[in-house]
Amino acid sequence: MSAPVLAVDGLTVEFRTALGTVRAVDDLSFTIGEGETVAIVGESGSGKSTVALALLRLVPDPPGRIVAGRVRLDRQDLLTLDDAEIRKVRGRRMAMIFQDPMMALNPVYTVERQIGEVLRLHLGLPRQQVFDQVVELLRLVGVPAPEDRARQYPHNLSGGMRQRVMIAMALACKPRLLIADEPTTALDVTVQAQVLELIQELKSRLGMAVLLITHDLSIVAETAHRVIVMYTGRKVEEGATAEIFADPRHPYTGGLLGAAKWEENEGNELREIPGAVPSPFDMPRGCSFAPRCAVALARCREHAPALADVAPGRPVRCFVAQEAAR
Amino acid sequence: MRGLSTLWMRFRRNRGAVAGAVTLGLVVAAALVGPLLYPVDPFDMVGQPAQPPSASFLLGTDVAGRDILAGILNGARISLLIGVLASLAATVVGVAFGALAGYYGGWVDDVLMRVTEFFLTIPSFVLAVVVVAIFQPSVVTVTAAIAVVSWPSVARLARGEFIAQRGRDYVQGCRAIGMPDWEIILLQIMPNALPPVIVVSSLMVATAILTESGLSFLGLGDPNLVSWGYMIGVARTVLRTSWWMSAIPGAMILVTVLAINLVGEGLNDALNPKLRKR
Repeated sequence: MSAPVLAVDGLTVEFRTALGTVRAVDDLSFTIGEGETVAIVGESGSGKSTVALALLRLVPDPPGRIVAGRVRLDRQDLLTLDDAEIRKVRGRRMAMIFQDPMMALNPVYTVERQIGEVLRLHLGLPRQQVFDQVVELLRLVGVPAPEDRARQYPHNLSGGMRQRVMIAMALACKPRLLIADEPTTALDVTVQAQVLELIQELKSRLGMAVLLITHDLSIVAETAHRVIVMYTGRKVEEGATAEIFADPRHPYTGGLLGAAKWEENEGNELREIPGAVPSPFDMPRGCSFAPRCAVALARCREHAPALADVAPGRPVRCFVAQEAAR
Repeated sequence: MRGLSTLWMRFRRNRGAVAGAVTLGLVVAAALVGPLLYPVDPFDMVGQPAQPPSASFLLGTDVAGRDILAGILNGARISLLIGVLASLAATVVGVAFGALAGYYGGWVDDVLMRVTEFFLTIPSFVLAVVVVAIFQPSVVTVTAAIAVVSWPSVARLARGEFIAQRGRDYVQGCRAIGMPDWEIILLQIMPNALPPVIVVSSLMVATAILTESGLSFLGLGDPNLVSWGYMIGVARTVLRTSWWMSAIPGAMILVTVLAINLVGEGLNDALNPKLRKR
C-alpha cells in the first residue's frame, strides 16, 4: 500500500487558560489514504474541531498550543515548517471548508475576488485567467450561471450557494486533503444532501483525501469509509464505518448510535447518554466516560484505559470491551 | 457604485446632515476661492483700527486696522487644513495601533494599549500646548500636536473592531487558504472595520479645529498665518467695545464645527450597520 496522504501521530493540543491547562486533543493518531474519507465524530467539546485547526496549524496561539505529535502530509512534517512554508501548504495542499458559510465569506468582496485570492496567492495567475478559473470552479461545484454569480457578493447568495462557493475556494488548487468541519450543519436538509454528494463526487474526481468532522452520524454512514470516535480529546474507538455501525464496541459509540437511531427504537423513545461531557478542569481520574457509562466497572473509575485492538483494525479505549474481546 | 448610492440615500434621510454638508460646502468653498476673489492680505493695515462692519469693510477692521473679512477667508483655509490633516494623521496612526493590537492580541496588544492609555491619561489640550511650546509653533507642529492628542481614541475603536472581526470565520478562512497576516489586516479586515472609524475621524476634524483655535487663541498658532482662534485672541482685550471682532470668527468656528458634527452624524447613520434596519 502506498503512503497515506495524511499521517497524524500522537497529536496533542493544549489550551492554557486562567483556570489551568486543558488538553483539547490528547495523543491522537490516525491516517487517511488517497481517495479515502475518514470521519471524526463526537459531541461538542470532544476536541474534533481543534483537530481540524491543528492540522492546518490554525489553533489560536495563545491560548492554544500543539505540544506534541507529528502531522505529515505526503510524508512532509507540517509542524516543523516555518510560517511562510505552512502558508504554502494551506489552501494549496490542504484546504478547509467551514461550518457556517454565512460567516466564512468576507461580506465586502465579490465571489470572484474571494475565490481568486487562492489562485492569486498560490498560483500567481493574472487577472483575466483568474476570472475564467473562478467561473470554471463555480461550474465544477454546480453553481448555476457562474459568470453572473462570480460578480455577486456573499449576501446575494443562499446558504447552499455560499457553501458551494466555499467548496470551490477550497478546491481551487486541487488540494491533497480536504478538511470539512461540519460542512452541512448550517444548511437545510435538502441542501445538505446535495453538498455531501458534491464533496463525494469531487473527491473521486480529484483523488483527494477527505477528513470529515461532524456530530451527525447519518452523514458519516453515507460518506465515510472509516470512523474515529472522539471523547474528551481522545480517540475512544476507530473502525470501518460499516463495522462501527453494526458492532460498536465502546459504550460511548453505542450511546451515540442509540441516540441517533431513536426513530427505530421501541415507542420512538429517545435514548440519550445520561450526564454531560465532564469539564476539562475536572476530569475523572479513571476513564473519562466512566461517570456516564452504564457498564463501568470499579476499575474504570480508578484507571484510564489505553487504546487496544479488540479486532484487527478496531482499536477501542475501554476495559470492558477489551475484556470481552479476550 | 451601488453601495455608494445606498449610502447617499441613508445619509440624505438625515436632514440635519444634509444642512451640515451644505454649510460645510460653503465654508470649504470660501476657504478655497475666497482669498482669490477677495485678494486682501489679512496682515495688511488697510484702514482705521476697530471699525464696525460697513460698506468699505464688510466685516469691519480689527485692533490693528486689518480687514476682518480677509482674516476670516484666510483663517478658514488654516482651520480646515489643520483640522483635516491632523485628523487624517491621527486616524492613520490610531488605526495602525488598533489594528495590530486587535489582530495579534497577547503581548502586542498589551504593549500598544499601554502606550495608548499613557496618552489618554494626559489632558489632551495641555499635552497639545506642551508639544507646540517645545517645538516652534508652525502649521506642521500644530497639526502634529493635535494628531498626537487625537489618535488614542481611534486606536481603541479600531482595536475593538479588529477584535470583533478577527474571530469571524472569514478571517480564519483567509488564514486557511494561506494568506499572509498583512494582507488579512489590510485587505480583508480593514474594509469591514473602517466604517465606525470614518465616523469618528470625521467628528475628530471638528475637535481638531477647536483645538487649533484654542492654541491660536493662546498665541501658540503659526505666527505667519491668520487663523480664527488667533483673531479671537487678538480681539479679546476689546471684547466690550468691539464685540464683532471676536464674535465673527467665533461664529465661524461654531458654524463650521456644528456642520462637521452634523455631517458626522449623517455618516454614522449611513455607515453604522446597527442602524441599517431602521
